[in-house]
Amino acid sequence: MSDTAENYDQGEYNFAYLDEQTKRMIRRAILKGIAIPGYQVPFASREMPMPYGWGTGGVQVTAAILGKDDCLKMIDQGSDDTTNAVSLRGFFEKTAGIRTTYETSEATVIQTRHRIPEKDLTDDQVIVFQVPIPEPLRFLEPRETETRKMHALEDYGLMHVKLYEDIAKNGHIATTYAYPVKVNDRYVMDPSPTPKFDNPKIDEMAALQLYGAGREKRIYAIPPYTKVKSLDFEDYPFEVQKFDKPCALCGARNVYLDEVILDDRGGRMFVCSDSNFCEERRAAGHVGPMAADPAAVQIGGSSQEETAR
Amino acid sequence: MEPSITTENRAIRTAPLAAGFADPVHDAQGCFRAIMDVMARPGTRKTLELGKLTPPAPLTPAAAAIALTLFDYDTPVWLDRPLMQSDAVKAFLRFHTVAPILSEPVEAAFALVSEPGSMIPLTSFNQGSAEYPDESTTVILTGQVFGKAQAVTLEGPGIKEKISFSTGPTPPIFWDQVVSNNRQFPRGIDLVFAGEKEIAALPRSTRITLTEA
Repeated sequence: MSDTAENYDQGEYNFAYLDEQTKRMIRRAILKGIAIPGYQVPFASREMPMPYGWGTGGVQVTAAILGKDDCLKMIDQGSDDTTNAVSLRGFFEKTAGIRTTYETSEATVIQTRHRIPEKDLTDDQVIVFQVPIPEPLRFLEPRETETRKMHALEDYGLMHVKLYEDIAKNGHIATTYAYPVKVNDRYVMDPSPTPKFDNPKIDEMAALQLYGAGREKRIYAIPPYTKVKSLDFEDYPFEVQKFDKPCALCGARNVYLDEVILDDRGGRMFVCSDSNFCEERRAAGHVGPMAADPAAVQIGGSSQEETAR
Repeated sequence: MEPSITTENRAIRTAPLAAGFADPVHDAQGCFRAIMDVMARPGTRKTLELGKLTPPAPLTPAAAAIALTLFDYDTPVWLDRPLMQSDAVKAFLRFHTVAPILSEPVEAAFALVSEPGSMIPLTSFNQGSAEYPDESTTVILTGQVFGKAQAVTLEGPGIKEKISFSTGPTPPIFWDQVVSNNRQFPRGIDLVFAGEKEIAALPRSTRITLTEA
């Protein structure tokens, strides 16, 4: 038996790793965040057993809300089985002993890194976002004292100048992810680096949205059914990315697609970024144009059993 | 002989302190999720799992559960007069939460009100600042009965279109105060209403329309 295992036998972690005082502090910040939609509440972020950038903010929020009857789904760029999702899911399986799932509709809590599931979320779900830089004005104004004042005075002219400069340089608004939104006609907020494709989903969403930034020590929230407007201009309205082809494996249209390189001769395909959505469609008999391609089958997984636990 | 001991003080010395949560981790989590749900969906109600909480009166079991869930050494607490006058209540809160108990409402993170019918104006509490609106007081009104008093209509974040809400007892011009509280958004206080077992909440973001009687 290794040293680590022996130490583990000596005692268990508190449920969901965090101590109770830390959970209370985070819970109070969450309540303030809900009461002031889009406002970034400072909180005493703890050091977590994973590096910053791996979702320490999201993990702390999830740990504070999670109960023993919850069912957790963990995704990284839409996928349930990539490194970040697998390790954070394992973290909660070990420290909280709760049920986890790949299925969007089965989950009561979904922690995500930069995507929102394609399937509509419901009233009884909570989605937790991992956020690297919570301050949408940070790259325009580095001083916290100044950005805080700008939020207090609702002075968001600078953000519109930035979007205008995009148009002046590129002919269109070139921001494609972390696209700024205005919440409840008051606070400008960074919806975390989700592709702007997902921005319409956070408007009037039925589920509660919680955002946690561990390194920057901020928590913010959007309650269900809250107006969330992506910033734009009358003559340059907000638009989402469009894909000219359907998903190569399941044939889905109007979903967000990832590019997958198949070989070193230029072979590639575009598949659903939401892997659970794609698998469910294939299980239901939907077939994309490249579903029979041997290279594609190897990457996409030929059956649900292969990727599901 | 200690002639200065009052009857009430003697009672505390002899009576055992009422217990807190039977399962501090999961009871607090369950209670928090109920508070989070009602804060995220203003005007809706959730039932608290109160277990065997028997706090000293006038602290109600529901108020005690909220206190055990949210209060600690970081949260100065203000109590209204009936609660403040009970040494048993103060001993219960001090022992279980370690929260400092204050006499100045403007310095409190939480306020517990046991007699809402005669409560002090909402403007007496900390309203937060424009830069830090999160520093305001959360006011918890206990002994509420839902659905009996005059109804108001709620709109805003967390509410699909509109929802009707009614609670009491509240002080005479309470709803006018709540309307003014919302007008200064993002500053303002958040309200939690605790009934016998059910709770509801009104964050500062909720817009209120008074229904004609």
